[in-house]
Amino acid sequence: MDVTILLQQFINALSLGSLYGLIAIGYTMVYGILRLINFAHGDIMMMGCFFAFYGIFMFSLSWWASFVIAIVLTAVLGIMIDRGAYRPVRNAPRISALITAIGVSFLLENVGLVVFGGRPKGFPRPEFLGTIHELWGVRFLGLLIWTPLVTLLLLAFILFVVYRTRVGRAMRCISFDMETTRLMGVDVNRIVAITFAIGSAVAAAGGILWAMKYPQINPLMGIIPGLKAFVAAVLGGIGNVTGAMAGGLLLGFAEIFLVAINPDLAGYRDAIAFAILILILLFRPSGLMGEKLPE
Amino acid sequence: MKRLLLSVMVLSLMVCVSSPAFAADKDDTVRIGIFLPMTGGVAAYGQMEYAGIQAANKIKPTVLGKKVELFLVDTKSDKIEAANAVDRLIKKNNVHAIIGEAISGNTIAGAPIADKAKIPMVSPTATNPLVTQNRQYIFRVCFIDPFQGEMAAKYVYDNLGSRKAAILVDIAQDYCVGLANFFAKSFILKGGKIVATTYCQTGDQDFTAQLSSIMAQKPDILYIPNYYAEVALACKQAAEIGLNVPVFSGDGAQAPELIQIGGKDVEGVVFTGHFEKKAASTELAKKYIAMYEKETGKEASGFDALGADAYFVILDAMERAKSINGTKVRDALANTKNFQAISGTINIGADGNAVKSLVLIQVKNGNFTYLDTVNP
Repeated sequence: MDVTILLQQFINALSLGSLYGLIAIGYTMVYGILRLINFAHGDIMMMGCFFAFYGIFMFSLSWWASFVIAIVLTAVLGIMIDRGAYRPVRNAPRISALITAIGVSFLLENVGLVVFGGRPKGFPRPEFLGTIHELWGVRFLGLLIWTPLVTLLLLAFILFVVYRTRVGRAMRCISFDMETTRLMGVDVNRIVAITFAIGSAVAAAGGILWAMKYPQINPLMGIIPGLKAFVAAVLGGIGNVTGAMAGGLLLGFAEIFLVAINPDLAGYRDAIAFAILILILLFRPSGLMGEKLPE
Repeated sequence: MKRLLLSVMVLSLMVCVSSPAFAADKDDTVRIGIFLPMTGGVAAYGQMEYAGIQAANKIKPTVLGKKVELFLVDTKSDKIEAANAVDRLIKKNNVHAIIGEAISGNTIAGAPIADKAKIPMVSPTATNPLVTQNRQYIFRVCFIDPFQGEMAAKYVYDNLGSRKAAILVDIAQDYCVGLANFFAKSFILKGGKIVATTYCQTGDQDFTAQLSSIMAQKPDILYIPNYYAEVALACKQAAEIGLNVPVFSGDGAQAPELIQIGGKDVEGVVFTGHFEKKAASTELAKKYIAMYEKETGKEASGFDALGADAYFVILDAMERAKSINGTKVRDALANTKNFQAISGTINIGADGNAVKSLVLIQVKNGNFTYLDTVNP
């Protein structure tokens, strides 16, 4: 393998990994605060893509306006899902909430199939993100420069909210002990709603970047990225936002370099991703950067 | 109380036993079951084929003096759903014949059930040889992959002068694996070399790693015998990493989504297809194109035309058999000679396969453009 191809594979891995990371940080944030694995995360991401798509093609908005509106709408959707599906089972055993999350996931997928139709749609890419840059024979999209930037920005935003604001303090309290937080006079439902709003908005941002990289959107598009982001989140230590980012990058590199080193193994790409999940759960359930949970 | 319960049970048992038999006797309509992927990864094929079947039904709504009723079941592009769909069509809807599936893997999953129930089944576009192998009641109105692969190899070797081919194949699909093998075999036989074969799976969106490793082998043709969404994304990513070689694909590429998703990056892609409007030669084709375009407002193309052909071939067999009995229709289907279908002349042999021509299609200026017709 010559150096150019190696560098090209490095770029490929970086671009895939930062997308996994971006989707994983929303996933892991919701888990970290609510101890709820939101299996609908990938489908919320899909909804964000469709909001953006219809903003551009049905309401002829400019791409940035439509992206902003899509992110806001997805945040609202996140709040609605929490209100309708998760709040009623808030005090039920954790397994009920998990099953509800799977139900929400199927609901979004199937409503999507009915409303948006099952055929894939092409997703637009703004000019400056679609231009191809070349450096030492390695080619990459303008998008590649922006994805890690957006990811870091959102990561900083989440860390700021969680660790530097009053709302964030309440979130951390909830993750510690929801009942006691409520006794302290914190409006738990409001804080959880904000958590879902942020988580869903980040999912929408990730989804839009994903759709620009792989410009094909359909109602089932969230499943695989959602599962991969879950693996990334577990790999990094579920609940740890920085860890999710690192886990995403690691997963991206593992997948790309598996193929780069031995192209014959390309068919086992997903198998590798999920084998990593099993190994992590077996040998280091708290992930690479997660705190040890006293269970 | 006990007596009442008993009589209710007996009564319900009678209803259960008598109702299917009653429905089967009362054949004032001909019921054709359709199982197609209306949603999921290959929804475009199913939706196009169903629209084609509906247009065909408008042209010829009756057979043997009876009204034709259509029953559609969505397979969600999934093998298990496909098998269940066939079962449901036979048991619940008591269909006399079945049209479907659009893709090989799902047809293979559904075939044994129809075969066992002795209900003739015609697939519009399942091209893998295994679909009809060792089956009595399974037919198709499309060519098969050994022919398609051979013609693809011939075209890239002779017309494009390619000698070093790379293949990106979806290993989750019988169709893709089969076609890639037939292409490789024929290409090597002609004197070409396969410099790289890499794999992906249905639903994959990132092919950059595979394409980069293909680029290292410096091929002069890239053969991607996958379904339209994967072909479009692969072409896009090939252009992005600078793998600028001609791309050749199979009949699965003929969906408008290829161009809609691929945009300028699928310009110049050539593929072997079933039917192109400009190559239409039969009376039925003219009638069909007019009807389809009036009904849907879209241009007639390969998949919808083959859906309609499956419908017409079944009705033709029923007329020749003068019956809708499964076994008689099966015998008539296996004896389809010189049927003037939309996509050309169809001959079906005892093996259930159609012998027919294929068309070469190229993407030019954002449209599918007819290049040539190749006869077997």
